[in-house]
Amino acid sequence: MKIDQLADLIQAKILTDNKSLDNEISGAYICDLLSWVMSHANKGDVWITVHTHLNIVAVALLVEVACILVPEGIQVEEATIKKANEEGIAILSSNKTAYQIAVEISKFIPLVK
Amino acid sequence: MGLSNSIIRQNYIIPADDFSLAGEASSSVKKMLNQLGVPPKTVKRVSIAMYEAEINAVIHAGGGTADVAIDKEKVLITINDEGPGIPDVELAMKEGFSTAPDSVREMGFGAGMGLPNIKRYADKLDIKTEVGKGTRVQITVLL
Repeated sequence: MKIDQLADLIQAKILTDNKSLDNEISGAYICDLLSWVMSHANKGDVWITVHTHLNIVAVALLVEVACILVPEGIQVEEATIKKANEEGIAILSSNKTAYQIAVEISKFIPLVK
Repeated sequence: MGLSNSIIRQNYIIPADDFSLAGEASSSVKKMLNQLGVPPKTVKRVSIAMYEAEINAVIHAGGGTADVAIDKEKVLITINDEGPGIPDVELAMKEGFSTAPDSVREMGFGAGMGLPNIKRYADKLDIKTEVGKGTRVQITVLL
């Protein structure tokens, strides 16, 4: 699944520019402990996190997740969006909870261990 | 792999209390290793271990320096700081043990996973520390 397809599916807003929308999403990961994300998330995951500070971009790049998805309509800082644009990582925003998102995308994104 | 016998060296400043710049050094090293054709799994191990060490220096030690040396056999990362030092390294190595302030935990750091993560991804981890003087964390990842 591509990032814009994911955005359509869960009515999420794409906050970044269009450069990295071609990334293929191959899994999903939900966690807010950054060290845990670094050691357990997989390349190609959509990473769902409530954090919005700049470091989520660094973590996303290290793990090579497909995109970052911020749930519950949490406002993402401008500086984070700017950094994400520079680094070519997409950030999406959704009004749904992480659980609602997981349920909705589970039919389309396989469980990856 | 595109590495000859020569050693590539890079030095970085880890700025004090600036989380926004934390990760610049490891990100730069990651790009360099990718360009050198290092296998992606190894690149990931190096960059995560280095990022954790960088973040530690920002959280606990008011920043420091990172020196990276790459040769045919290994990547050697040395993070030096002049922070408070680690009174009990064995305790600090325990997963879940943390002395990070709440402000840092609220950002998703400070879960007591930094040093254990570094150990997990490094082939060798060497910590030299003196209370009141500072800490040197040396990470070796074999190529």
